Amino acid sequence: MSESLVQARGLTKKFGDFTAVDAVDFDIQPGEAFGFLGPNGAGKTSTMKMITTVSPITEGKMTVFGLDPASQGREIRSRLGVVPQEDNLDLELTVAENLYIYGRYHDMKKPEIMPRIDELLEFAQLTERRESRVEPLSGGMKRRLTIARALINDPDLIILDEPTTGLDPQARHLLWDRLYRLKREGATLVITTHYMDEAEQLCDRLVVMDQGKIVAEGSPRDLITRYATKEVVELRFGEEVKDQAVLQMAGLAERSEVLADRVLLYTEDSEQTQDGLNQKGIHPEQVLVRRSTLEDVFLRLTGRGLID
Amino acid sequence: MSVQAPSRITPIGTMTPFRAQRIWEKNYIAYRRLWKVVFSGFFEPVFYLLAVGVGTGSLVGNIELGDGSVLSYASWIAPALMAASAMNGSVIETTFNIFFKLQFGKVYEGILTTPMKPMDIAIGEIGWALLRGVLYSTAFIGVMFAFGMTESPWALMAIPAATLIGFAFGAVGLAATTWMKSWQDFDLVTLATIPLFLFSGTFFPIDVYPPILQTAVKISPLYHGAELLRGFTLGAIDWTMLGHAAFLVVMGLVGSAIAARRLDGMLRK
Repeated sequence: MSESLVQARGLTKKFGDFTAVDAVDFDIQPGEAFGFLGPNGAGKTSTMKMITTVSPITEGKMTVFGLDPASQGREIRSRLGVVPQEDNLDLELTVAENLYIYGRYHDMKKPEIMPRIDELLEFAQLTERRESRVEPLSGGMKRRLTIARALINDPDLIILDEPTTGLDPQARHLLWDRLYRLKREGATLVITTHYMDEAEQLCDRLVVMDQGKIVAEGSPRDLITRYATKEVVELRFGEEVKDQAVLQMAGLAERSEVLADRVLLYTEDSEQTQDGLNQKGIHPEQVLVRRSTLEDVFLRLTGRGLID
Repeated sequence: MSVQAPSRITPIGTMTPFRAQRIWEKNYIAYRRLWKVVFSGFFEPVFYLLAVGVGTGSLVGNIELGDGSVLSYASWIAPALMAASAMNGSVIETTFNIFFKLQFGKVYEGILTTPMKPMDIAIGEIGWALLRGVLYSTAFIGVMFAFGMTESPWALMAIPAATLIGFAFGAVGLAATTWMKSWQDFDLVTLATIPLFLFSGTFFPIDVYPPILQTAVKISPLYHGAELLRGFTLGAIDWTMLGHAAFLVVMGLVGSAIAARRLDGMLRK
């Protein structure tokens, strides 16, 4: 286990009486894309801040690159690339200057930084905006610039806290494309997200967090196989018949979830389930059959949705 | 195109232990485009000197000091205006500008994910405020010299002395900023600096006050700053100046220590 880039045992973060991260264990291996999936307030960002050494650990143990965050923070940070949840670009500087000064913060010399800026601007598709101020850039561009900035020091570990939150679908896909590319080139990524599609697309392995605890761990496929069924039949009913219908459904699926606006039937064979509904004379207003996702895993594990 | 980078850039163990100068670099890059703002800091005390020193001074006439020496009103208030300008420049830099960066830009949060530390930022920002102050003081001494308001070569010592004033106020300003919650709190900054500016022996000697008020004025840091500069530009060097300097040194050190501590707590939650 000594090769783990990050190793956490009983890692805990408390703010006064509130426990944000509650004795979690995890190992992040070189070259993998590791995800922290969970709703807002699950403790993902607190965990990230401990890894980046900006937040002191309350209890437990963690090493990053085999180093101690409390005493070797500076060494650790020199090998990290951090993309925070909120953009914190320097608005007084241009696009290229934002990259340059981060190179300087990392003690790089100008002749090292300049060619790197060219590469990174191209990578972030911002070459044309090189001399532009940061303020007028679109949300997606700012995000890509923040990622480029995090890569200036050729980090051994790239930490992305909610990388696509607040972006429109097109900007998200462009960003995912860039992150894939980093993955293909062998980068180690740590990604927090509350979007299950993001976690499914980008992460090789992930932990599901809820209320400061890790409730499951595995690859996205693993988790779906383990905690959900192959298919889900989603039913919508008129308010007055819903409760009655739910009572009649027993035995039609392996498991069911009754949510405020719909009923989910987890089944290995959706046709059989639908036939069963017909035979019992249950006629929902709307029926949708889909594959299980990490959202279902999360619902199963915590009884709640990811985005509330 | 490849994102393969040069090999490991910062070998562990060989990193610069001190890097506050990186903050200067950042500010220098930003201020290259903001040089007009820098100029305004020079003109303010010069305008006061012309309006109050030369203008009002023509009504006041010459004034006589305790030791019997006589000098123009302008020469008498010039060092105090210089001290006030050092205070204002430094306070604005470490309150308004830094509050903005802390609350809105989140710039420092980003910087702290690199090898930079809160102490680097605190020293860097206070240092930057001082650097600006040195420029203004030098220019102001030049103006005083041109108007014949400097009485001795000791006047050159007013430049480092003004820097000390900047340090003392900058450190306390930065510390105060760590408690500020909204822009309304800055009214308090103005509420503190305006009376200091008006009543610290800037425009008239403090012996016009009743004794009890005189004692009160002696806790005003600007009073100590103004007296220190006055000693240098008038060439009236004496031991009390050490006391004035010591007051400012202590104020700066205490302010810095509080600021660095508070920033650390704010930024490393």
